[in-house]
Amino acid sequence: MDYLVESLKVSLSLILALDPELCQAVRTSLYVSAWSVVLASLMGIPIGLAVGLTEFPFKRSVITLLNSMMAVPTVLIGLLVYGFVSRQGPFGGLGLLFTPAAIIIGDALLATPIVANLALSSVRGANTAILPTAMTLGGTRFQSVLRLLSEIRFGIMAAVISGFGRVVSEVGVAMMLGGNILGSTRTMTTVIALETSKGEFALGIALGLILMAVALAVNIVFQILQRR
Amino acid sequence: MRQQGTNKGDDRISGIPARGVLLLLALAIWVAPGSAALAAERLRMSTTTSTENSGLLRVLLPPFEAKFGCKMDVIAVGTGKSLKLGETGDVDLVFVHARSLEDKFVAAGFGVNRRDVMYNDFVILGSTDDPAGVRGAGSATDAFARIAAAGARFVSRGDESGTHQKEKELWKAAGTTPRGKWYLEAGQGMGEVIRMATEMRGYTLADRGTYIAYRKKTDLVILRQGDKGLWNPYGIIAVNPARHPHVKYGLAIKFIEFVTGEEGRGIIANFNVDGEPLFFPSSREGP
Repeated sequence: MDYLVESLKVSLSLILALDPELCQAVRTSLYVSAWSVVLASLMGIPIGLAVGLTEFPFKRSVITLLNSMMAVPTVLIGLLVYGFVSRQGPFGGLGLLFTPAAIIIGDALLATPIVANLALSSVRGANTAILPTAMTLGGTRFQSVLRLLSEIRFGIMAAVISGFGRVVSEVGVAMMLGGNILGSTRTMTTVIALETSKGEFALGIALGLILMAVALAVNIVFQILQRR
Repeated sequence: MRQQGTNKGDDRISGIPARGVLLLLALAIWVAPGSAALAAERLRMSTTTSTENSGLLRVLLPPFEAKFGCKMDVIAVGTGKSLKLGETGDVDLVFVHARSLEDKFVAAGFGVNRRDVMYNDFVILGSTDDPAGVRGAGSATDAFARIAAAGARFVSRGDESGTHQKEKELWKAAGTTPRGKWYLEAGQGMGEVIRMATEMRGYTLADRGTYIAYRKKTDLVILRQGDKGLWNPYGIIAVNPARHPHVKYGLAIKFIEFVTGEEGRGIIANFNVDGEPLFFPSSREGP
């Protein structure tokens, strides 16, 4: 398997030389993933808490729906957002298609159900007595919820990390809404797709390695945070 | 989930998720694109995979960007999709290769100022053992007829690209409708299809530019070339500003002038892979 060894060698030299195009793709990936996870957390965590902490009709159906939404294919989300932000769509005037912002919107929609579901299951797994107890002790409802949040912070963290893992590794949304524009919307995953289509496996493998390294780095940072 | 005892972490209100989100925000801001990259005027062009994958745009665009202080955003998809993006006004100009579709595009009022830019040709690729006997064919059309008659494996782009259009023309001229187990519609780019045909020992139709760029990665050889029917001209069209007022028409025209002018033609003519030219500038015609 000289071929694989050769690809690996070239990819390592690209990483060590800090190839500018490669660095740019890594930056773009981190940029869109970080923003989309921030947005997804702002939407998903409250949704998870709200569904987990309140009783309302058709709650089970809502939970089933939330679960199913985790399986929505990335290309479908890409297609839907495309319809909205293309010049012929309702938000066409904003000129968002083929910009990092379009990828952030799509990725945020992709990650929200994941964050919401995992936040929901950590709420359900938490000691349900916390809320009434905190309220009996004189806390407001808001304070009690914060108390609960701090109790389930590891679950919330896991939710955010899973969301990040999902968006940093996906290719469908980035390709459709970003258009794989060199120096602008080319992300790690779209470069891997492009380089594979060109038969250039070395750069693809290099990016695959970096992608895994980034995921590892993010998880290590969060782990350190958890220990403190 | 780990059961939490009472430790000092519990005194803080959801400290870790808050810190995590702050960390992500910091990351988001830190890696944000520089203001210089955002300030430059951007011209958006959809084009075929062959112009980008071959590496031509890498040498053709930077001189233009430097000259006009702008940045070209290239969306490399098939010809069909490229024209669609022009139709909806999502790009400022299109650079494609399917003359009949281009003429329709202009006639329908989607584009204006179409110009010939360059040409190369299509080649029929296959493995050296050539089970359908394409080498002995009298024409490209005959070659296609032989492949169909032999039921030899053929990998099609199947993506409404310029190459796919040409392929469909050739099947039609050969009087057959390709259908059956031997005919594989990949729905992928040219490079990918050459790779698939290589792995599957099939025939395929490719543009010469992509084939030359790929030659080291495939053992398929050219079995048929040079027919008039295999001619492959590339055209560039500005999206009609009357239909889409937001398009950067002035800059698009500047780019069209640039690629069809002295400097652009020189770059196209000098562009080569291992000493072999991939594209030839079209002979000049009056505007």
